[in-house]
Amino acid sequence: MQPPADSQTRSAPNSRSPKALLAAAKTNVELWANLLIIGWALGFMLWKGVGFAIAIGTVFAIWAILTVSLNLVVGYTGLLSVGHVGFFGIGAYTVAILTSRAEYEQLRTEAIPTFGWPFFAALPVGVLLAGVIAVAVGVVFNRFRDDIYVLVSFGFAIISFNVFLNWRGLTRGAFGIHEIPRPAVGGWVLDGELEFLVFALAILGVIVLLSWLIVTSSFGRVLTAIREDEQAIAVFGYQTTHYKLAVWTISAMMAGLAGGLFAGWTSFVDPNSFILLESMLLVAIVILGGLATIWGSLLGAMAFVLLEEGMRFLPFLPAIHVGQARLVVLGILLVLLMVFRPQGLVGRYKL
Amino acid sequence: MRPGREMIDDPFAIQTDDISKHFGAVKAVRRLSISIPKRGLTSIVGPNGSGKSTLVNLLSGVLPLDGGMVVIEGAILKAVKAHENPAHGLTRTFQEVRLFDQVSVWDNIMVVLTKRGLFSALLERVKPAQRDRARRILETVGLWDKRDALAENLSYGQRKLLEIGRAMAMEANIYLFDEPFAGLFPEMVVKVKEIMNHMREQGDTIVFISHNMDIVRELSDHLIVLDSGSLLAEGEVDEVLSEPKVIKAYLGV
Repeated sequence: MQPPADSQTRSAPNSRSPKALLAAAKTNVELWANLLIIGWALGFMLWKGVGFAIAIGTVFAIWAILTVSLNLVVGYTGLLSVGHVGFFGIGAYTVAILTSRAEYEQLRTEAIPTFGWPFFAALPVGVLLAGVIAVAVGVVFNRFRDDIYVLVSFGFAIISFNVFLNWRGLTRGAFGIHEIPRPAVGGWVLDGELEFLVFALAILGVIVLLSWLIVTSSFGRVLTAIREDEQAIAVFGYQTTHYKLAVWTISAMMAGLAGGLFAGWTSFVDPNSFILLESMLLVAIVILGGLATIWGSLLGAMAFVLLEEGMRFLPFLPAIHVGQARLVVLGILLVLLMVFRPQGLVGRYKL
Repeated sequence: MRPGREMIDDPFAIQTDDISKHFGAVKAVRRLSISIPKRGLTSIVGPNGSGKSTLVNLLSGVLPLDGGMVVIEGAILKAVKAHENPAHGLTRTFQEVRLFDQVSVWDNIMVVLTKRGLFSALLERVKPAQRDRARRILETVGLWDKRDALAENLSYGQRKLLEIGRAMAMEANIYLFDEPFAGLFPEMVVKVKEIMNHMREQGDTIVFISHNMDIVRELSDHLIVLDSGSLLAEGEVDEVLSEPKVIKAYLGV
């Protein structure tokens, strides 16, 4: 006897009943979503070549770390946070500032402190800082729920953006921080795109594994119970505030890791990468892929990256409008999905 | 029970001393002092709005006390905290069936069988002993075949039974059942009665709210009658039910 904890393994009691047929059709939506997105990715790779695939692969890895980690909070625990981008930014800026080198920074009009740390020393600090701030923020956030929770997390995204923009002595505001060094171990520098992709995918793999271990543990089961009825699970002896704070912090640290990776990859950070809109996109992707499913978040992130990159090649769409158009398309997709498939592409739970 | 907590040697499972609860201007429970004896079945009856469910919510820490104190299994408490219920050996069901809806029947039981601490829960995977326990409970409440279904897809009666199963999984000393028989088919009523009688045989304390006087007469050893948040009468079932004020206020005959 193996009780299925996973959404994919439900047994149909009677394969001929209309209900079972409907269930089979639903399974097909999942199957088609998988086939479409993976097929699209492969087709794209064949069409545009391996170099292009490597570049968008890294974008995918960073988005996927963000969506998988956000799903722990939004999908599993039911805390609808639109503040995730704040931790992404904290990770990115920590790495950018700690790795900043005097030889570049002196050339700038506005000097910021230079530390010259190697990437791999700065990355853990970024992750830890995201965690520390997450604990402080989470203690406050734990007092709220539902719609108010959305609003306060909204506030966090705005505050963090404004800190990045206006703490000019540290972040150089709108000018951003340039020349962030690529990750290097000893003499080996990850300056090739392929090396970086492998590195990013390896980190994504670790994040997925960690998330999987979390959601399949007893801890994960309590998270879903908190999502369904926090007061009821508290009656059975769980300190729900501790659980919420823990998963919130873990998720924020993962976002901080994605931020550090992002800084190391682009070599440049400015506040525009950490606007509220990016958080909204993240939430949209998580819902699109499916709440409380790790695979759904991976699939959603991949669909989003393919959509965004694919739209560059639409002949009637000027390149400068791609940024706006992706939001329109994503918005339409989200509305359609909420109407026809509220559980997302491969999910089982509804918001 | 925690060391350092003030304890008394108590013949009662639960005592309340002058507890109050008000919602705005509405006094749901007014300076209520009751005693629920250890072991056996105690039922709480009273008209709608008499504070029965509020009392259960106060005893299980779902609502904070506005005044007074309670003694649960000898522990004197000025504030009851919901997450300390297992430490008091107390568990409950809800009047309006509160399951984890978009979670499987199996996990609805399993979630109360696992470790409470953060780090131990993070490292814990389901063990065969827990599986056996969950299986026994699901078989007892007749939901073993439904174990993979989402709780929200069960019928009302099945949901009610699952909630009772979840309480059973706690292996508590005190069970508070808020209207366990309401809206159940006769065969399910029989099943719930069986479960409660079995608990009584094991020496547990069962407190239940019911509007069905036949069941109350049949099952209870002890009866508490509430009216407008105050105690109207308490004691042996037959004695209480023959008191004129009880007949007048509640039975309306």
